[in-house]
Amino acid sequence: MQEDRRRFLIESGRFLLLTGAAGIAFDHVLAGEPEKAPNYDATRHWWAMLVDIEQCIGCGGCVRACKDENGVSHEPFYFRTWVERYHVDPLDAEHPRVDSPNGGHDGFPEIYRQGDGAKAFFVPKLCNHCEHSPCVQVCPVGATFESPDGVVLVDKSYCLGCRYCVQACPYGCRYIDPEQQVVDKCTLCYHRITQGLTTACCEVCPTGARQLADLKDPKDPIHEFLRTHTINVLKPQMATGAKVYYNGLDGSVR
Amino acid sequence: MRLLEGRAHLVRVAGLFAAGLVVFVVIRALLVPADFGVYGHYRAGALDDARKLPVVHAGQATCAECHTDIAELRAKGRHARIGCESCHGAQVRHAKAPDEAKPERPNGRTTCVNCHAANVARPAKHPQVDVAEHPGDDTACIACHVPHQPGTAPEVK
Amino acid sequence: MDSVLHAVEGFMYPNEVELQWSVLIVLYPFITGLVAGAFILASLERIFRVEAVRPTYRLALLTALAFLLVAPLPLQLHLGHPERSFEMYLTPHTSSAMAMFGFVYLWYLMVVLLLEIWLDYRKDIVLLSQRTTGPLRLVYRALTLGSDDISPRALHTDDKVGWFVTLLGIPSAFLLHGYVGFIFGSIKANPWWSTPLMPIVFLFSAIVSGIALVMLMYMGFAWLREQPIDMECVDTIGRYLLYAFVIDFSLEMLDLLHRIYEADESFASLDFMVHTKLYTSHILIQIVLGTLLPIGLLAMVQVIRLSDAARRGLYASAGLLTLIGIFAMRWNVVIGGQLFSKSFLGYTTYKMGFATREGLLPAILLMILPFAILWVLVRLLPPWPREWEEAKPQEAPSVSA
Repeated sequence: MQEDRRRFLIESGRFLLLTGAAGIAFDHVLAGEPEKAPNYDATRHWWAMLVDIEQCIGCGGCVRACKDENGVSHEPFYFRTWVERYHVDPLDAEHPRVDSPNGGHDGFPEIYRQGDGAKAFFVPKLCNHCEHSPCVQVCPVGATFESPDGVVLVDKSYCLGCRYCVQACPYGCRYIDPEQQVVDKCTLCYHRITQGLTTACCEVCPTGARQLADLKDPKDPIHEFLRTHTINVLKPQMATGAKVYYNGLDGSVR
Repeated sequence: MRLLEGRAHLVRVAGLFAAGLVVFVVIRALLVPADFGVYGHYRAGALDDARKLPVVHAGQATCAECHTDIAELRAKGRHARIGCESCHGAQVRHAKAPDEAKPERPNGRTTCVNCHAANVARPAKHPQVDVAEHPGDDTACIACHVPHQPGTAPEVK
Repeated sequence: MDSVLHAVEGFMYPNEVELQWSVLIVLYPFITGLVAGAFILASLERIFRVEAVRPTYRLALLTALAFLLVAPLPLQLHLGHPERSFEMYLTPHTSSAMAMFGFVYLWYLMVVLLLEIWLDYRKDIVLLSQRTTGPLRLVYRALTLGSDDISPRALHTDDKVGWFVTLLGIPSAFLLHGYVGFIFGSIKANPWWSTPLMPIVFLFSAIVSGIALVMLMYMGFAWLREQPIDMECVDTIGRYLLYAFVIDFSLEMLDLLHRIYEADESFASLDFMVHTKLYTSHILIQIVLGTLLPIGLLAMVQVIRLSDAARRGLYASAGLLTLIGIFAMRWNVVIGGQLFSKSFLGYTTYKMGFATREGLLPAILLMILPFAILWVLVRLLPPWPREWEEAKPQEAPSVSA
């Protein structure tokens, strides 16, 4: 009898721990392939973005367009995309001077002078839509996830607002939506790219410094670009499988 | 019943635990969204939610459908690859109801300065002016420059 | 809101300016740690047969229960959508350390703590249900689950099952708090948290804080009830507290030494933080006041022969300082981990509200609540022998050496 009870305790513990996971895994197996949405097949795309630092003029157009397109709060701590200005002493790349006044939303008033011996450039930032997202990994309930076409999204009707994902993102790409009290981030304008439009930031970028790319499309010029340029991602040591590719990214950028 | 002697209370606890477990499994089956886990560990409907959001920037292809003249003019100049909404702002409302939602005319100076004010961090090849020297006063840029066709039309009238 | 921006020195990613985890998230590992520690102390008597600490056995279990009941509240209060927290049970994400909290918590509460307390108190509950009158009688009747069997055979079974539950409880307590450490230690984006030592540091600091708390509770209740303090008991607890504390401190220093020697890309940033914004809470309160001083006091008792009254005073002071020190440790982990930018180029300041949802007032209330619960539990299930109960032979204080 005690044996029975012992086994029951162990079994019930195991059951409690595993029902959730196993049930879902089983549902997943039964479900089959992703649905065929009208005119859009998520399985045939793998979205990414190309940022060309050599083209960025720091106009802040992307930041403004993103806030307009996605209804992002205009308070200065909520950005789905933002632009940073780097000012680096070539002999001291470990200590760059960086600023991002209001995320670059209102442009960058000149604070440096020509010929001060430093190199200066702009770095647009956004969610890297990592293939191995630390944020997706830590979400306790599956409210943030990677879509079948490679976009990291948030289910705002399911998010608890625990903020663990905000802590887990190495790039500072997430914030708590002050109105809905759930996490929010760049969706790579999922509502646009799934109907043939480019993202709002790419739409308005005057120099083509930002380019939406579909890695599953063999005709996408990104393949040629990635092959012929020196490309890096942010914080490669984090091994997150970041899919925002930077051309001309200086080693001082973090 | 000798087996149960002195142990009946344990059976009751076990019963309670079992009942709790059953309640949990039933509640879980009832409350987990039906489309959860279809593609992965998330609610499949969340993909549709993300797709349903309203588009705010119409896209330059939409603009060019009506404004063919401007599109042609622009294609000849150095602003050829700049989207209309870079300067004119998000215009989906105007695209849907051209007469009701009239776009505001962009400021003929601040709009230009966003991109063309001299800044050390800008790529050197990008055309920039120190606005304190050029024009030196508060003359609007568009007084002399043609925004839709810079570089081809006479720069200074 | 602009005042938040003024708190920023250097550069932070714009979204980092707002701190995400407040003082409530400091309480969470603090309270969970007290639970795990109190339980480990209880298991000393039950599993490891340290008879001297028997007077604290039941009190330790009730303390653990009182704090465990409060443990999820600060989390709940902090969530943007508390009403959705049940999703952790519906669709737990197996790769998320946090998702397992619900299950570890339920397991610990239901299978370990409640079961062990029930088995241990069953005889008392049955007797109380027969002697008590009024509405309380109904409570005790319900707690018997309708079984009045307190035959020697039944009690013997309870003892054996209880022993097994306690045995199961030790790894469970380790799991409960080790995993809280893992929640922080597994965040590779944050170098202040990301260390494999984090779970074990959390575990030992939990043991330290739990032992200190039960020691204080025992002395406090003895004082309230005007009963003599069993000096052998507190001497033993003091000794175990010292041992656990030395291990805990060594682990923390190992972590510190490792960071200083490796001096990786994050070091300059963290070093600056420890010398400025965290100086008071980390160096002064956590290390000097909350660790070195209590270790010194506890060690003093070991080497110098002191009167009972002096030892009681030293234990009380050391216990209080320990709790302050461990709270500071939780603070420095949770808040400290958010004061620097993940770009390692800037710092911010944590400004705690007072009567806000995540302010100081709710934090204080949440810290008082477990003591209120404990007061009720002690009334309901007195952890000391009743007048009408025949004294147990083990109660003689001179059994162990």
